[in-house]
Amino acid sequence: MSTVFWGGNEAIAWGAVDAGCRFFAGYPITPATTILHTMLRVLPPNGGIVMQGEDEIASIGFCIGASMAGYKAMTATSGPGISLYSENISFAIACEIPLVIVDVQRLGPSTGSATRGADGDIQFLRWANTGGFPTIVLCPSTIADCYSLTIHAFNLAEIFRCPVFIASNKEIGMTRETVDLDKLERPDVIDRKEPPEGQPYMPFRVAPYEQVPYFLPVGAKGRLSRFTSSTHGEDGYITTNSDFIEKQNRRLEEKLAKAVGEFTFYDYFQAIDSDTLVISYGITARSAIEAARALESLGRPVSLLILKTLWPVPEDLIRRKARDYKRIAVVEMNMGLYLREIQRVLCRDDIISITKMNGTLITPEEIMEVLSK
Amino acid sequence: MSSPSLINPSRPPVFCPGCSHENIVKALDRAFVNLGLAGDQICIVSDIGCSGLFDTFFNTHAVHGLHGRALTYAAGIKMCRPELKVVVTLGDGGIGIGGAHFLAACKRNLDLTLIIMNNFNFGMTGGQHSVTTPKDSRVSTSFLNQIEKPLSVGEVAAAAGAPFVYVCSAYDKDFSRILEEAIKFEGFSVVEVKEICPGRFTKWNKLTPKMLEEAAQSSSFRGLVMENERAEYGQAYRDYLASLSPINRPDGIKAQFEPIETKRYEVLILGAAGQHAVTAGGVLALAAMSAGLRVTQKNEYDITVLRGPSIAEVIFSGEEIHYTGIKSPNVVIAVAQEGIDRRRSVFKALSADSLIICDRGLELPDSKADLLEVDFKSLGVKKSQRAFAGLAVMAAMNRGITMDMLRFAIDRRYDSEKIRKEMHDMMKTLSQGVIKSGG
Repeated sequence: MSTVFWGGNEAIAWGAVDAGCRFFAGYPITPATTILHTMLRVLPPNGGIVMQGEDEIASIGFCIGASMAGYKAMTATSGPGISLYSENISFAIACEIPLVIVDVQRLGPSTGSATRGADGDIQFLRWANTGGFPTIVLCPSTIADCYSLTIHAFNLAEIFRCPVFIASNKEIGMTRETVDLDKLERPDVIDRKEPPEGQPYMPFRVAPYEQVPYFLPVGAKGRLSRFTSSTHGEDGYITTNSDFIEKQNRRLEEKLAKAVGEFTFYDYFQAIDSDTLVISYGITARSAIEAARALESLGRPVSLLILKTLWPVPEDLIRRKARDYKRIAVVEMNMGLYLREIQRVLCRDDIISITKMNGTLITPEEIMEVLSK
Repeated sequence: MSSPSLINPSRPPVFCPGCSHENIVKALDRAFVNLGLAGDQICIVSDIGCSGLFDTFFNTHAVHGLHGRALTYAAGIKMCRPELKVVVTLGDGGIGIGGAHFLAACKRNLDLTLIIMNNFNFGMTGGQHSVTTPKDSRVSTSFLNQIEKPLSVGEVAAAAGAPFVYVCSAYDKDFSRILEEAIKFEGFSVVEVKEICPGRFTKWNKLTPKMLEEAAQSSSFRGLVMENERAEYGQAYRDYLASLSPINRPDGIKAQFEPIETKRYEVLILGAAGQHAVTAGGVLALAAMSAGLRVTQKNEYDITVLRGPSIAEVIFSGEEIHYTGIKSPNVVIAVAQEGIDRRRSVFKALSADSLIICDRGLELPDSKADLLEVDFKSLGVKKSQRAFAGLAVMAAMNRGITMDMLRFAIDRRYDSEKIRKEMHDMMKTLSQGVIKSGG
């Protein structure tokens, strides 16, 4: 065992470096600021670029520009910054621009409490784009998750050419924890695919049986790259061809919705003789683990499903795992935002909801109290 | 030195009859040709509105994004591709909505060329007033322009630090040469082009090319702004990067000592800002790590520096720590009233096995815990060192950590020999003090 003592924000920064991130831009906001500071400390000495935008809109704009130029890019903010990002999130979805966006969530609504945690943005991250297109949202429970999910996030952004969110929380980002470097999951790094040489480049044409177009960076030699936020054809110019538009928009939906099985990250702890499945995510999942252990020692075992991929909803996994349980409980640090997904997927209206939204952690005892009933 | 035209023959410009934009397309192409630039050496970043059509007219790299944000994408592109000529086309609308980016770009001085197509109104959406609409103009937004002062783009650019500002009209006979000069300039160059919008603005207002030329000629902005001359941002950035040496991920800590115990152990440090409670928490964490323990730390402090409480919660355990909240601390180090008052409720949760190490003279809520009052002042411990001194007392009493672990943590945390020695000396003084007091 060889341990470092990292905050979640620091672990995300190191994950980004190891994923090949070469561009970061951010704007100061608690509790995400230490990502900007750590990136500034570690990226420029290793040849990368870090900028502080004049506001959040500029920060994500710089990142989009950098990614279009072929650099792997990341930005980080908290809920109020995601509001300002939203128009550019739509742009990144429309133009299929790889980008990692970290949301170190804090208690809302509005500017809320800068130094209190919550998981109140998880629906916002899914729906904060015009058109309602799907996004990928990964959610760490531990500091080690922050590191490895960041590498996964970069890989997914490259594979699917889309923005990928990391839904962190003040309670993870600003909490420090020992991380065993010997046990750290280090996924292989994947890069976006450049178009084959010798063919004219069509920025939004997909090869047969593929869902994601090749990526030619702005500044490529000999061939020209085009990105446009307007509804575009394969050539990257405005189109009014409704047949093509329909096909293109379906593709934007399906390239993620149909592929979620390839990136469904989760932990599952099955208790013997249990009739109850607890579903949780983020920092709250750790209280659920402790509650499950205590309940087991009291002779009331519960199983536990910890989701680390929140969007697209890993529906197959949830159905498969929930099948054999009489009671399902969802524990989350908001007003029941993921409960609605579980209800929808399982077609059940008897799901127990354990929530809290006052800036403090849900305690293991609070979970036990409900589940002991 | 000239290259073929970069006009895209399959996307001919389509503007309202009499629109000045047509002149800009031609002049910009001439400037590219005269500079000998090929399409793959240029990126055009266009904004929204009629200026947002420009990316389609040329065979160059091209980006068309959101309203007012063109300068932000251009900045990202230019930082990563310094060899590209990046030309941004913006309308007077874009200058309004993207005002913060415009000011920041002037201040930053990254090598971009900004062409502001100022036709004094929002053309595409129906002639609404913009930030440059004169007060006496008739627009589709009723009287709203009459009660505002229009913005002088050139003056704003120069005041914000742009080192190259040119105010001209689309009818200037030297127009393409002006654009050439702006593109060649190594730094942020702003060209404001005064234009006619026949579809909207001149339907209701009298404005002729001659009037525009006169207005442009009366401007003092003719390129270089001497007082703003300075190093180009991208080059300055790259020069700075070249001076840095690569850094590696920190090495991990391997277990050096046997832990005192492996059960969950909670320590709460209650201090005031300036007492380094958070730093002390980090040192405690390192001490526990040196015994192969897992550790978590959470902190609480107000937004003010040197005022208000400063609190660290440290948990260590031989097993994985799941719940990171403090339940019933094994040790409370109380060194300031602000910290105690912020966490009064925790004292109720203390058991008879808990220990409070408290600076003399502080007022504590009732609890079942053992209380060790230490007169830090008489032991010569400064206020700012008392959180750390609390750790030394813990270690001297073998509560949670040992003196060896704490010594290891200090040496790991501080590079400075002087600080290390100071800390080690303090540990000695305190361990003797604690033993004397029978704690």
